[in-house]
Parts: sequence; C-alpha cells; structure tokens
Amino acid sequence: MRAFTQHKGVCVPLDRPNVDTDAIIPKQFLKSIKRSGFGVNLFDAWRYLDHGEPGQDVSTRQLNPDFVLNQSRYAGASVLLARDNFGCGSSREHAPWALEDYGFRSVIAPSFADIFYNNCFKNGLLPIILDAESVDQLFSESADSEGYALEIDLGSQSVTTPSGEKFDFAIDNFRKHCLLYGLDDIGLTLQHVDAIKIFEAKHRATSPWLFS
Amino acid sequence: MAGKTLYDKLWDAHLVHESDDGSCLIYIDRQLVHEVTSPQAFEGLRLTGRKVWRTDANLATPDHNVPTTNRAAGVAGIIDPISRLQVETLDQNCADFDIPEFTMDDIRQGIVHVVSPEQGATLPGMTLVCGDSHTSTHGALGALAHGVGTSEVEHVLATQCLIQKKSKNMRVSVDGQIPFGVTAKDIVLAIIGKIGTAGGTGYAIEFAGSAIRDLSVEGRMTVCNMTIEAGARAGMVAVDDKTIEYVKGRPFSPKGDDWGNAVAAWADLHSDDDAVFDCEVTLDAADIEPQVTWGTSPEMVMPISGSVPNPECELDSVKRTGMERALEYIGLDADTPMNEIMIDKVFIGSCTNSRIEDLRAAAAVAKGRKVASSVVLAMVVPGSGLVKQQAEAEGLDKIFTDAGFEWREPGCSMCLAMNADRLEPGERCASTSNRNFEGRQGQGGRTHLVSPQMAAAAAVAGHFVDVRDFVNTIGEAS
Ligand code: SF4
Repeated sequence: MRAFTQHKGVCVPLDRPNVDTDAIIPKQFLKSIKRSGFGVNLFDAWRYLDHGEPGQDVSTRQLNPDFVLNQSRYAGASVLLARDNFGCGSSREHAPWALEDYGFRSVIAPSFADIFYNNCFKNGLLPIILDAESVDQLFSESADSEGYALEIDLGSQSVTTPSGEKFDFAIDNFRKHCLLYGLDDIGLTLQHVDAIKIFEAKHRATSPWLFS
Repeated sequence: MAGKTLYDKLWDAHLVHESDDGSCLIYIDRQLVHEVTSPQAFEGLRLTGRKVWRTDANLATPDHNVPTTNRAAGVAGIIDPISRLQVETLDQNCADFDIPEFTMDDIRQGIVHVVSPEQGATLPGMTLVCGDSHTSTHGALGALAHGVGTSEVEHVLATQCLIQKKSKNMRVSVDGQIPFGVTAKDIVLAIIGKIGTAGGTGYAIEFAGSAIRDLSVEGRMTVCNMTIEAGARAGMVAVDDKTIEYVKGRPFSPKGDDWGNAVAAWADLHSDDDAVFDCEVTLDAADIEPQVTWGTSPEMVMPISGSVPNPECELDSVKRTGMERALEYIGLDADTPMNEIMIDKVFIGSCTNSRIEDLRAAAAVAKGRKVASSVVLAMVVPGSGLVKQQAEAEGLDKIFTDAGFEWREPGCSMCLAMNADRLEPGERCASTSNRNFEGRQGQGGRTHLVSPQMAAAAAVAGHFVDVRDFVNTIGEAS
C-alpha cells in the first residue's frame, strides 16, 4: 500500500450530503475484475452528460460543465472536500479505488460512512473528519480563491490552509501507523498466527458445529 | 459491573487479540462470497502466494450479475461479456481455492443474504462477514454480521480474522402491537426516518421490544438488512424460540449432540437485563403506518397518508438543498399526496424482501386482481432457487402471472440493475429493495421503497395506495 505522510494539493468542494458509493463509482463499472482504471469513471453519472459503460473511450464522451470536477480551476485537485455521511451505501472498495486512481489523496468531511472510511485506509487514501463549522469555512474559502490548496500532515494530524490557519484532526493510532508506513494489514495480522491458532482450537472445542 | 449487551457477548466470544491502541483481531466464523467484490481479493492471494486459512468457513454464490431470464444455458447464457467474465471468475476462483459454491445452475443459488440463512450457514452466535453492506441481514439470527470491503475479504480469506475497533452499543426498541397492514419493512423505514441515514454511524444496533419479538425471523432479517441504511454496519436481534425453530434441520445446522449443545450455548445470546447502551431509541409500533420513500435517501420517507414534504419548511440550509435536489431528481412537487404518485414499474425482490413470506404477502394482495394497464412492468424475483421452488409449490407463481406480473429467476436483479433488469431514465418504480439512491435501479430511474404488500397494491392501482384501504374497498386480499 502507498504510504501517506504529508501532502499538499488543490482542494475541490463537492457540496452535497450523503454522497453514496454508487455516485462515486456507478455499478456498471463494478463488473471489472481489476483494481485499477476506475478513475476515469469517478462520479460518472454527474461528470458526464451521457451514460457510461465499462471499456468505453471516455475522451469521446460529453462532460457536464456544471459538475465541479470538470471546472478548470479545480484541474489536478487531489483533496476532496465533502459533506456529511460521505461514502454511504454499498461497501464497494471500488469507491476508494476510483478516488485514488483519479488522483485524490485525501477526503475531508464532517462525517463518513463506516465501511467507506475503513476502506480508504486500505488504499492509501486519508479520510479526515473535521467539525462541520471548519468544513464550512474550507468550503467558502475554496470557493473564493482559485488554486486553494491545503497542506495535510498525517504525523502531526493537521490540515493547514493557504493563510496558515491550522485544523487538527483525530485519527486512530493503528490506522495512522499503517498509513504512515504503507503497511499491509494481512502481513501484520499474520504476526499473530499463534494467537489465531490457539483461539481457533479453543473455539473448535466449545463450538464444534461451526467447523465442518 | 454492568451486564453485557448481545453485541458485547458476540464480540468478547471472538476476540483473538487486543493491541495497546485498542485495535482488535476478531475471529470470523463465516464469510459469504459473491462475484462482484471478490475477484481482486483472490487476485491478492495469488500475488502474495497466500492460501485460504479455512476453506470450510466460506460459502460462495453469484447473485449481482446473474440474469433473471433464460437461465437454461447457464453462465454461457449471460449476454453481457463483462458480467459473464465476472461470474466465470468466481467459479474459477472457488475451484482454484477450494471454496464451496452454489453455481448459477444450482437450485440453491440466490442472493447471498437469502441463501445463507436458508441453508443454516448463518447460525446464532456466529461472526459473519461478506463483501456486501447488507450483510447486516444475518444479525436477525443473533449473529454479529457486517459488510466489509474487498481488502478485508482478502484479509479474512488469508487469516480468518478481521482487524476491528469495537463499536458503541445502540438499542432500538419498538414496542406495542403492530397495526394491520404494517410490516417489518415499514418498521425499519420508520426507524430510519426517525434516526436518519447516519444516525447509527459508529454503533452496533440491537433491535428489541415486543414488536420486534412478534416479527418472524424472516421479518427480523428485513429489519436487520436495512441497518446499514441507518449508518450502522451491524444490526442484531436476540435469540429466542423462533430463532431456534428457524435454524433447526437446515443443511448446515448442527446435528445430533451438537444440536443440543448449540441450543444450550445460544440461550445466552441476549443482552443482560442490566446491560447499558450508549444510545437508546424507542418507537411505538402503534404509530407506524405503511411507509413510502419520496426522495433519494432512505431517510426521506413518509407514511402513505402523508404528502411529499416542502423544502421551504426546512430550516437547515444543507438539508433544504438536499431536499430540493432530491425532489428535482425524483420528479415530484412538494405537497403531492403520496397516494397520488403514479408508477411505471414494480420490483418485488432483493435481499430485503424476497423470502417466501414476502412473496406470500405480495401474492395475497395480487390474488384475483390485475396489474394496472399503465404499469409497463411488474416483476417478482425470488431470493433463491429454493424460495422459487417453494413459491411454485404453493401456486404463488400462478397468482402473480395471472395478475400480469413477470415471474423471474433468482438474483439481485433490479435492486441494483447490474444485470439486464433496470429502469429507463425517468421511470418511476415501487420497489421492495433497500436503496432509493440516484441511479440505483438504472440511470435516471426513480425508486420508491415500500413493503411487498404496498408494492403489489401499487402495481394493481397504478399508483401508491394505502394497502389497508385497498384491502377494505376492493375486497378481502387474503
Ligand atoms: S439484493 Fe440488492 S442489496 Fe441485496 S445483495 Fe443484491 S444488490 Fe445488494
């Protein structure tokens, strides 16, 4: 997994609450058996005016000029500013894959849906929870000034605005550690292989019907 | 010390290791696998040369992509080549890694969340995961069940464990007599309407109270299924005699001495009287009416006697904008009475409402009636091959087809429209599924979530209708 330590990037505001994972990456793209290539279809139904299907050449498609990601001032954005309950709905990990593939490194919102939040960490994407007031402020500042970029430092758990204002965020220690070093969860868990085996033997003895 | 909640008990019984920072390793008893969220997990195992820890803990079936018509040709008959490749990939991965699978031509195939309880592969006291958010369904049997992402599918395949932080405890109690015409679906929609789609975020929810106990186990599955729509990953109901009765004699259920020992162990699967919940929510069943959603989020829900709400009355500006956007998408004016909303299609199915009881309830309303001529398609999609077989043995298929419904093969179908079943842009659907998000049932499609009875009644009337009046004025339904 790609590590995340510090990042500075242009911020794009997506001003809707309850953005669900099907809006992030619509279902027709879930038919892929690969992990990559979802970026061009990120927010597909909002980003393009025509209906998209997997395998299509997106350069021939008509962009929706009203959708924020298509506005030139946000070109190359790598920090997504979002509203409450971002990533709700389906558990599809294709959602963080699509965000990451598009070039996002971090999503900032007042709240995230649990499964999505969790999935981000497995893919080097940092979800940051800030209180609603701070998020409001970032929304209005990013709307007011073109090229508005945020500086994110995972080590010190802070987001810094162009004017130097700092917002601190909380993050679970284990997740922070894994993200800072790009650690693979499975490898870490397998360090506990003995504990798993001991537990399993005991579990099998008390609940043999769970084993066939 | 305070007693334990059901969630605490299930958690403690599966805790393998706890690190200083509070992150825990939890042992997983069962993983369900389907074609959409597993290919990259198996690929990950191949790339790292890892093996499946316990093949017998997994059970696979294709459901999201399978067609609901012309199934005689099997996988080769899937017209969309990308869908076909995904189902073939599942078959190949299960063969390569020795995972038990109910393939497309197996009578036991169906939606994972219908198939597993039906087979007894979901048992009380288990931890169960699947790369699918509606895994919360299985909590209805007193299990700890929740959806996971693909990286976690791989993690469970490789280690039989999951890295987790414990959630907080929430109890949603619904007490009192369930009124006539009100179903498990209406109860859970009313709960979501009350606490909101993010109300349960960070919690594991236990559904309790006399109205929940009065539900059948299948009804409890409908409630737990939609827990994720309230923001909580896991929902559960304490084990009682109904649970035990439901589990008994199923193919994967304990047999012989194991059965007696299991039943004895399951007796403890309820919250202690002195358990403390971090959050308590209560509803009075008597206040719940048949529900219909009006917007693009399950919390945008109204009783059938109500009207589409007016955004002008909403004080919170973010909410107001959300309502306006939802109404624009769904093509409704504020203040329209819910029972005047005309529909184009009807979908009875999905892991929320495709079990035998759901089909019986819908058939009772459809019996001897006809689908309105303005409805272009009304379809019934059983949750599994065995549900379909049972329904046919009871003659339900005949009731549906006589009334003008299409009777289909099992799968997810128009719940998310990954196969050929979908709404066209602008089409409005009465659906027994669980999500009314923009584009969920097809790009530009408009979804209204309802119970199976309400869907059948809407099919006949051509618009939403209070199934209670409907039964009284048009004749006794059942
Ligand atoms: S029926 Fe719908 S909600 Fe259930 S598993 Fe299938 S797609 Fe998901």
